[in-house]
Amino acid sequence: MATAVQVRTPVARRTVPRAVRRKRLLVAIAEHSVLIVLAIMFIAPFVFIVLTGLMTNAQSLTSNLWPQPFDFHNILEVFKEAPMLRYAWNTFLYASLATLGLVLSSVPVAYALACLRWKGRNLVFIGVLVSMMLPPQVTVIPVYVMFAHLHLVGTIWPLVIPNWFGDAFSIFLLRQFFLTIPPEYADAARVDGCGEFRIMVSVVVRLAKPAIAAVALFSFLLCWNDFWGPLLYTLDNPAHWTLSVGLAQFRNLYTVNWNLVMAGTVVFMAPVIVLFFFAQKAFVEGITLTGVKG
Amino acid sequence: MSTAPAATREPYRLPPVSPARRSAKRKAAWRRRLTVLAFMSPWIVGFSVFFGYPLIDNAYLSFTHYDLLSNPVWIGLANYKYLFGGDSEVWPAVSNTLWFLGIAVPLQVLFAFGIAVMVSRARAGAGIFRTIFYLPTLAPTVAATLGFVFLFNPGTGPVNTLLSKIGITGPLWFQSPHWAKPSLTLLSLWGIGNAMVIFLAAILDVPKHLHEAAELDGAGALRRLWYVTLPTISPVILFSIVIAVIAGLQYFDQAYVASTVAPPGAAGGAGDSSVTLGYPDGSTLFYPLLLYQQGFSYFNMGYAAALSMLLLVVSLAVTLLVLRNANRWVHAQGEGR
Repeated sequence: MATAVQVRTPVARRTVPRAVRRKRLLVAIAEHSVLIVLAIMFIAPFVFIVLTGLMTNAQSLTSNLWPQPFDFHNILEVFKEAPMLRYAWNTFLYASLATLGLVLSSVPVAYALACLRWKGRNLVFIGVLVSMMLPPQVTVIPVYVMFAHLHLVGTIWPLVIPNWFGDAFSIFLLRQFFLTIPPEYADAARVDGCGEFRIMVSVVVRLAKPAIAAVALFSFLLCWNDFWGPLLYTLDNPAHWTLSVGLAQFRNLYTVNWNLVMAGTVVFMAPVIVLFFFAQKAFVEGITLTGVKG
Repeated sequence: MSTAPAATREPYRLPPVSPARRSAKRKAAWRRRLTVLAFMSPWIVGFSVFFGYPLIDNAYLSFTHYDLLSNPVWIGLANYKYLFGGDSEVWPAVSNTLWFLGIAVPLQVLFAFGIAVMVSRARAGAGIFRTIFYLPTLAPTVAATLGFVFLFNPGTGPVNTLLSKIGITGPLWFQSPHWAKPSLTLLSLWGIGNAMVIFLAAILDVPKHLHEAAELDGAGALRRLWYVTLPTISPVILFSIVIAVIAGLQYFDQAYVASTVAPPGAAGGAGDSSVTLGYPDGSTLFYPLLLYQQGFSYFNMGYAAALSMLLLVVSLAVTLLVLRNANRWVHAQGEGR
């Protein structure tokens, strides 16, 4: 890196007048200050949530901002007040089963849309886009009625099962990524007599590992954070509540103390944020994948 | 692809195509079709069972009275008449959602873009800034909403406490009909991380030589932003607006949680049908909440189906509008490869 810079310096450079340089410096300082202020505002909610989560009952009724003393007891109290472990297990079950099914079912579909040539492919792709863009509320009533007839309302299965039949957004993302893989790889395998299934597994999937990881990660998070689905299907059966539903009831059913509610919030947020710091690269790559032309 | 014409030209393959070869070819074509079918099968099942059939069934249910317990009863256009004439909650719900689409969505896009531009220009710590601005997106919506309801609670919340320290009496935020939607907007601005990261990647992807050319011509930073960066990343901006509009049309979770949790001394669980969604004064009763309330609190499934038909028409219009310009943002590769 350093050498590259040095190579460039001998080239005659325009000297920048001092006034311009000073103006640039001031603009940079101004911009950085705005950024720092905004960054503080973005962090502040987390800080206040954690601080309140560590306050004593009495203190959380006052408007003091700093806990005196720190009451780490609250975190344990949350698990005692509500079956948080049960909620967490339900959430984990939902998120992991849904993600597993979503990856297993979406990869072949995306493969067929990106790497196989057939009549009607673009039409089907438009179908995928349409089902991706319409709000879930558009189909929610018949789907709910369907699961009610199957006696599955009150369990997490209505949330899991649809994911085993391809998820439009994941299909879209994976297709976009598969298209960037040079078709020569697959063609070479075809010439060698490799079947399509094996090409998908041992050529395309292997090359698309980062994209698949990103899709799985997003799916897991989306399910972990999902509220609409669990609210709809599990509300009547507290044994199947996820963290979202459980926490939404928290303030109402168990306590009026903000410190416990905030401690619960911290317990809910923490795993996701820890996960993020472990998989930051996959996150950023994945998001970028969604926005930039594939 | 077919080798038939070439075969006729070559003397040593005079017999055109043997029946055996033809049937082999046909077999291969069938095999290929079956392969595609096999690969597509999850989607075919999923699309028909969880999308195609529900759409049709929904249209049917919208003409019935249905409470899930007894069979649907055909009542003709009564649901639609009530929707467009009788139901006094429809227009407030529609206008709440329009408010969100007209004010919160543009603010989100502008805010995300502004932050992305500033982060892209940062000389130090761009990675840290990116992480900080992205982090709130990860917070589960329920947790984030609970957090915000607490932060902005008028009694002991830190926001009003801090405001009073500089001599401002804060509003009632989530408890005020005038401030509830702006409070939700603030919450949504806190979660613009995805759009910000997408913008940032797009801005950093703008070819350097374009900037250099503009700079040589004497364009300052602002004019380069306007004449170079903006046109180059416009597909990404369009994409983000589309995503934000779609999310705005189905905006539910935050409003639901806020309206069940924000009332002072909130009683009754979120599942309690006595809970008034849209607290305070229906100011957060967005269209999807109305739909939920009719369908799953009152079990007016038929009427809720009619409500969702209206949502379908609107979102289909948005979707088609987008798809018509799809080649501007989707990598729609057809016969090219």
